[in-house]
Amino acid sequence: MKEAFDVAIVGAGPAGTSAACILADAGIKTIVFERGEYPGAKNMSGGVLYGYDLAQVLPDYVKRRCPIERNIVESRIWYLDKEGGYSLAYRDSIFAAERKHNVFTVSRAKFDCWYAQQAAKKGALVVPATVVVDLPRDEKGFVVGVVTGREDGEVRAKITLLADGINSPLAASTGFRLEPKAEEVALAVKEIIELPAEVIEGRFNVSAEDGVTTEVLGAITGGMSGVAVIYTNKSSLSLSVGANLADFAAEKIKPYELMEEFKQHPMVAPLISGGKPMEYTAHWLAEGGYDAIPKLYGDGYLITGDSAMLFNTPHREGSNLAMASGKMAAETIIEAMKGKDCSRDGLAGYGRRLAESYVIKDMKKYRRFGRFLYQNKEIFNQLPHLAAFAGREIITVNGVSKKEKQKLIIRELRRQLSLCRLIRLAWRGWRSVK
Amino acid sequence: MNIEDKLFWDRFKVDEESHLKIIDGEKCIKECQGQPCLYLCPANVYRLEENRISVSHEGCLECGSCRIACPHLNIDWRFPKGGYGISHKFG
Repeated sequence: MKEAFDVAIVGAGPAGTSAACILADAGIKTIVFERGEYPGAKNMSGGVLYGYDLAQVLPDYVKRRCPIERNIVESRIWYLDKEGGYSLAYRDSIFAAERKHNVFTVSRAKFDCWYAQQAAKKGALVVPATVVVDLPRDEKGFVVGVVTGREDGEVRAKITLLADGINSPLAASTGFRLEPKAEEVALAVKEIIELPAEVIEGRFNVSAEDGVTTEVLGAITGGMSGVAVIYTNKSSLSLSVGANLADFAAEKIKPYELMEEFKQHPMVAPLISGGKPMEYTAHWLAEGGYDAIPKLYGDGYLITGDSAMLFNTPHREGSNLAMASGKMAAETIIEAMKGKDCSRDGLAGYGRRLAESYVIKDMKKYRRFGRFLYQNKEIFNQLPHLAAFAGREIITVNGVSKKEKQKLIIRELRRQLSLCRLIRLAWRGWRSVK
Repeated sequence: MNIEDKLFWDRFKVDEESHLKIIDGEKCIKECQGQPCLYLCPANVYRLEENRISVSHEGCLECGSCRIACPHLNIDWRFPKGGYGISHKFG
């Protein structure tokens, strides 16, 4: 088929589909290519989505029966050593009721499929099971559409939007984005553990429809810079554990063995006890931060979402950045079509929109955070061990005076980490998030 | 729990032709020191045989890690044909 479209989108994830919805609403002839059997077939994330950004694209998403797993009412952070650890949680009724669906969990296979259906209802053409293998350019260097893996699979378009995710051999082979370096991505593996809804509600102290997110840091990543999560779905838990890919390569730790260890942790095992594992998947997370963002647009093309390495590491936000950037890309495309200018200059509004939005502002704020974790492995080694030593001493009542316990803790601290090192760590940590 | 059991939970539509190819097999044995593909692949696609590294593309989770972590960039990595490979049930 050598059909001509106004816009060709590569990838039917949150970024591509958000753009497709906005473009279709504006009457722009849009085609979306998805390499999976159905949209969502290749997609994986921790499983949290954000209502604010979704509502910017589909204000009536609840009425449209968006497949929400659980409305998140509590956010937990755990800092763990091998034997135990600290838990910090925040829950309140205003967030739970008045800001319902601000954060919710989803199954990406179901959500992405539903989302793409909404774009199709609006008039976008969604073509699954089709890999885009090349992005042809004309003699002036403008991207003029896509070449798919199908026979006679060239499709012309005035503008092409790359929304094909973080693992994009296409972007690398066509020169739109360099291949990420190993230290610029984290590799995460995920398991879905099935449990009855009532069991989940009992274990997490929530009512039906409500849920909890837990982010886990510490000695659970084998000394590597990484994180784990436990998210509640309707009748399953999402467990993910991931670490910097360069750390995996250096430490020779197998991702699935790391997952097994995590599942056996004394704070994790009781939560998943009796559960039935249903799926095992793997995916990258963009860890490079602001400095890894590629050139976001050029003659006849734009890059959005994970493809553009848009990810906020400390706040585990990615799907919202994808939806927001997809929407901004679409708005820019509408502007360019009106002005009949699909060149770099015609698409410059995309860079401006992103820079003025929370997307780039947040990424700038945390530009040093990924590197901070990667370069300060104490956070995953000595520090959780020391924290656990202190915690254990404090809760043990054994006739030793508190003053003496305090001395004991400080002595152990000094033995493992110098005061100077500790201050430097705190300073660097602060600088990476301030 | 071994990796084969985990992959058994997943749904794959396997293409007979592999989407992963080692470009120069000799390099893996003679020049590659760390052979990180043997460890970091979450599906254990790469295994050390007597004189070579074997590739079982059937269980590939399509993360791309082997491609960028290979010290010699010795892996020709493509997406499986449209609709083939893993299909997430939950994601």
